[in-house]
Amino acid sequence: MASLRDLRRRIRATENMQQITKAMKAVSAAKMRRAQEAVTLARPYSKRIKNVLGGVAVASGGVRHPLLEVREPKKTAFVVLTADRGLCGGFNSNIIRRTTQEVQGVKTEFTLLAVGRKGRDFFRRRGFEIAKEYIGIGDDAQYAAARDITSYVIDKYSAEEYDEVYLIYSQFINVLVQKPIKVKILPAEPPTEEGAAGKEKETQKVPYIFEPSAEAVLAELLPKYIENAIYQGLLETKAGFYSAQMTAMENATQNASEMIDNLTLTMNRARQAQITKEISEIVGGAAALE
Amino acid sequence: MSENKQRLEIVTPQGKVFSEEVDFLVAPGAEGELGILPNHAALITSLNIGIMRIEQDGKKFKVFVSGGFLNVRNSKVTVLATAAERTEEIDVARAEAAKQRAEDRIAAGSPDLDLARAELALQRAITRIKAASEK
Repeated sequence: MASLRDLRRRIRATENMQQITKAMKAVSAAKMRRAQEAVTLARPYSKRIKNVLGGVAVASGGVRHPLLEVREPKKTAFVVLTADRGLCGGFNSNIIRRTTQEVQGVKTEFTLLAVGRKGRDFFRRRGFEIAKEYIGIGDDAQYAAARDITSYVIDKYSAEEYDEVYLIYSQFINVLVQKPIKVKILPAEPPTEEGAAGKEKETQKVPYIFEPSAEAVLAELLPKYIENAIYQGLLETKAGFYSAQMTAMENATQNASEMIDNLTLTMNRARQAQITKEISEIVGGAAALE
Repeated sequence: MSENKQRLEIVTPQGKVFSEEVDFLVAPGAEGELGILPNHAALITSLNIGIMRIEQDGKKFKVFVSGGFLNVRNSKVTVLATAAERTEEIDVARAEAAKQRAEDRIAAGSPDLDLARAELALQRAITRIKAASEK
């Protein structure tokens, strides 16, 4: 059995660790709240840009645009959004696993755009081709980052270097559930007629005036639409990361409590055993003197 | 909704900036400024970087928009912009810094410079400063 002194030392170490995990939990809870708020704030814009795009697509009836053109895929690009840091349970590895599956499933050549340090490190170690990486995106630089990524993939797509571009990230469903999903961002798929019309049936009937023209509006709208999809992915990744981290730290704190309880019990037993031993030695010694 | 009012919503990825009933608005459309009164025909247009002028209950005010789109339907006007601020909320110091940065970038003219983007950034900064100064 471990000595009393060892047990005391282990209890102290575990208590220190618990303090750290508790603090990290509080920090990620606060950051999660802010990240979640950002996701909520981005929703109206997201909804409306889809509506407008749906409206344009339906009202203009089959306007063509290079970003909408479906080509025989020869090279596929995956934009993978992970977090920069760990200590968040399976958050990053779930995304990485999903990406690995997707990559094995494609029949074409492929390349990766790694957003977030964890994903980049993993894929670089495995020797995957990483076309571009985005690390350490600040909390207020997320839209700018989305813009950078968008202009990069649009350039590559227009140059016919990539024929399909997918976004893989963890959808923020709630604090406990994040689900990795794959979204096709190029060739762009405007919301379908049902999707756009769904609630607003009149979309189809309204004869829209387009200025300067349906094509010109579409040409400006599509990049914004892609930007928005990536921006949303970034926000959800952030919110998901903090909530995963919070949950992980919560569990760690609980585990530490349990461990401290067990160690304290063992320590008390050891202490009692020692006292009993000492008493019996004294009693034995006294008995020997009689 | 009253007869002579229209709902104006200005939405950015960072949230709704504005959502109220207004009487009249002028927006910096891609083909020149356009004024919109209630009961305007359905319209979708792209916007330039510029200043929107809004009249509401006899009051006039201005909103900076960094380009985007304007959508009118059923007397409901939706402006989708990547950034929008009411003129009194513009952070002039930040705009000045952005202007400086954009000018430096254009002046330095490094080979990997995205000139179009730098010029847009410069235009945004100048418009912001102008909007803030003439309120």
